[in-house]
Amino acid sequence: MSDLKMDPCYEDVAEDRHPMDHLLRADRLPHIWCATCGIGTVVKCFAEAIDKAGIDYDDVAIVSGIGCTGRVAGYVKLDSYHTTHGRAIPFATGMKLANPRMKVVVFSGDGDLFAIGGNHIIHAARRNMDITVICVNNFIYGMTGGQAAPTTPNTANTSTTPHGAFEQPFNLPHLMEACGAAYVARWTALHVRRLTESFQEALLKPGFSFVEAIAPCSTLYARRNKLGSGYDLMRFYHDNAEIKHGSDPREIDIGYQNKITVGKFVDRDRPTWQMKSMEQLDSTLGEKYYLHDEACEMCKEDINA
Amino acid sequence: MQQAEPKRVLTGSHYLDGDHACTEGAIAAGCNFIAGYPITPSTEVVERYARRIPSIGGTFIQMEDEIASITAVLGGVWGGAKSMTVTSGPGFSLMMENIGLAAMTETPCVIVNVQRAGPSTGLPTMVGQADIMQARWGSHGDYEVIALAPQSPQEAFSLTIEAFNLSEKYRTPVMVMLDECIGHMTERVVIPEASEIKILPRRMTDKPKGEYLPYEVGEDGIPSMAHAGDGHRYHITGLTHDERGYPAMDSKTQDTLVRRLCDKIRNNAKDICMLEEEEIEGADVILLSYGITSRVSRAAIEAARAKGIKVGSMRLLTVWPFPEYRIKELAGKVKAFVVPEINYGQVSLEVERCCAGKSETILIPHMGGTVHNPEDILKAIEEAAK
Amino acid sequence: MPRKEIRITGYGGQGVILTGYIFGKAAAIFGGLHSTMTQSFGPEARGSACASALVVDDNVIAYPYMRDTDILIALSREGYEKYADELSENGILVYDADLVTPHQSDTVQAYGIQAARLAEELGNRIVQNIVVVGFTTAVTGIIDREAVAKAVESSVPGSTIELNLKAFATGYEEGQKLLAPVG
Repeated sequence: MSDLKMDPCYEDVAEDRHPMDHLLRADRLPHIWCATCGIGTVVKCFAEAIDKAGIDYDDVAIVSGIGCTGRVAGYVKLDSYHTTHGRAIPFATGMKLANPRMKVVVFSGDGDLFAIGGNHIIHAARRNMDITVICVNNFIYGMTGGQAAPTTPNTANTSTTPHGAFEQPFNLPHLMEACGAAYVARWTALHVRRLTESFQEALLKPGFSFVEAIAPCSTLYARRNKLGSGYDLMRFYHDNAEIKHGSDPREIDIGYQNKITVGKFVDRDRPTWQMKSMEQLDSTLGEKYYLHDEACEMCKEDINA
Repeated sequence: MQQAEPKRVLTGSHYLDGDHACTEGAIAAGCNFIAGYPITPSTEVVERYARRIPSIGGTFIQMEDEIASITAVLGGVWGGAKSMTVTSGPGFSLMMENIGLAAMTETPCVIVNVQRAGPSTGLPTMVGQADIMQARWGSHGDYEVIALAPQSPQEAFSLTIEAFNLSEKYRTPVMVMLDECIGHMTERVVIPEASEIKILPRRMTDKPKGEYLPYEVGEDGIPSMAHAGDGHRYHITGLTHDERGYPAMDSKTQDTLVRRLCDKIRNNAKDICMLEEEEIEGADVILLSYGITSRVSRAAIEAARAKGIKVGSMRLLTVWPFPEYRIKELAGKVKAFVVPEINYGQVSLEVERCCAGKSETILIPHMGGTVHNPEDILKAIEEAAK
Repeated sequence: MPRKEIRITGYGGQGVILTGYIFGKAAAIFGGLHSTMTQSFGPEARGSACASALVVDDNVIAYPYMRDTDILIALSREGYEKYADELSENGILVYDADLVTPHQSDTVQAYGIQAARLAEELGNRIVQNIVVVGFTTAVTGIIDREAVAKAVESSVPGSTIELNLKAFATGYEEGQKLLAPVG
């Protein structure tokens, strides 16, 4: 645990530094995100969740793919890995298996995780790989200039759907639930307290945990669709987000400028890949399984932890 | 150098195929994480690993594709494991982007490619040597890698260990370019005592917390590592980065970084290159070969010598970096280099470049599926000696 | 011993690959020789005709593939028909007499054994190939009997060692009988 005793969020607020500075790479600021982009808020909630969950900073690794949210790894003062487009999840999988003691968190965008990385996320959820995936969903490709995403709602304008999007978008919580995720929640960047709580829960949940954070992209999504600024999108979330914990994930699609159902939808216990692997090898190999060597008692604890 | 761990070494004489011998080399080298995806003719490597490793210490995971496999390997390395993946042509193609990430982030790892004939699906169960250029140039941008080419199951064992050692020494991906013939050929493999197997441990930082810079280098140009969880809370990125590991979007940082990535291999080519030379002194013709083709050439070399032709043999155990320094020394001193390879001209292009017209380069191509007919190689040697 | 090339052919499930492996191992691990075994993989190698190829030599083997078959071991008709023409003049043919009807020239030495039948008498048809291994060891003499027996013992599952060694001895004796001068 860090040496900070007080909730840093409130302690430092009057000073000339960000309350989350101890978890940010201040020497890399200013960041590249646009004014009123929602990603920074989500990062702040995440940093706060780490403190609140009482996790040792040395035990958390952040893995990002490519895109606006992919830059999160570069700003968080943790062991952080900025990988290739779509591949944060297999990188995180390898890291978790090599060092089961680490909390490995994937922080990436909807395009990175569900378009180019779609194959990886469904298999990580199926395996119940013990990682936390945070998906900032802004319904569009930001870094490359406003192209359609697998989450873009029908009729929305993007640079590659200039006459309106018409492909069926993914309902992310439904997909994750169907693939076997142990924990699934959705919030918007407006719900800072609840989002932080969800991050805390997800970080402490054994198995594959998934949190969708809907966030404004003012420069591209809002501008192209004449929805105003990031502030206006936050106002929209305020007026249209409905908290319905335990909703059937099949029924929480997001339509263009429709109501957004938020809440915690899945929180179930499934054995993780590592637990299942140990159980199977133990039952088949018995004493021959290397974890029975005395020298390996520590790794066993690591895996059980 | 350290000694191999006795429990990881299957000391003794075994009758193994090249794929299985490669697995034993990896286990002996301390490889404790393999992520892979099934593909002929390489799958036997991971099958043996999956069977053996739970009793020895390590993890195997079958990923959803080869992109995931190589990327999980990189994650495994930064998590602290010695990691490897195994594939063949189509999977090798899929891995390329993240082999570039490995080169860029200086991630020590081993990639085994049991080559089959391509392009595309090609001849999945039959031999090729046509991925040699891909091993060197397959990912975008400028970088250098190391690639080794075993010619027997015995070398599949020993060169896999060497691949791990080189990857740790130079912090670079190292490819073991097996081929279907060697992979599926069964011969005696003598595995020595653990005490005789030298393992190069990872070069870890000794800096205290707060002082570690992931890409700070000394004179040799190779940085020291820290694993996730070591407490250094560092940043690694595939973007152009400075010594702090921070992205730096300018051509000066790019220049420093890319030169260093390439030069750490180029400037050490003599240390990395393993060559087997025979009767080079006074030779009129040098037969240059690697992998299975070296063995197929043997009969041709002997027949040529019986006919009084002065033919030397040069075998590349290291294909990349290419032993440019040696070819340049010999260029002009011999009439020709004869290069048989199971492709339409790859290593021969390097030989030709290094000869710079001072000696002739004669390619004996073969499109794959089988090996050369030794008579064809003999004919080429005879022609070259005229 | 100069280079010898051996082809083993049969259908999937007869232990064709294991037969090649046992001879190869006998030569390289227990017989003080060099050996290289190769095999064809892929769909064409599963199911019907399959084959393994073995080169044995007292020198290091460079070229690992077959040029002239010195010994052809045929466990099925289809396999025999496919590879019969490869057999060199003065080569040796070993075949399962119940399954293969040879049509070789006079220069070829042909040795037949009812291996499948003998294996059934021993209690399990699965050791047909090991009967042939014993028989081939006797009639060709290319690898020392002790070395082949050790290779059999170290290549089959522990619970079947006894049965396999019995099959090996049965085949070997059949071979000796065949070689013994008549009368």
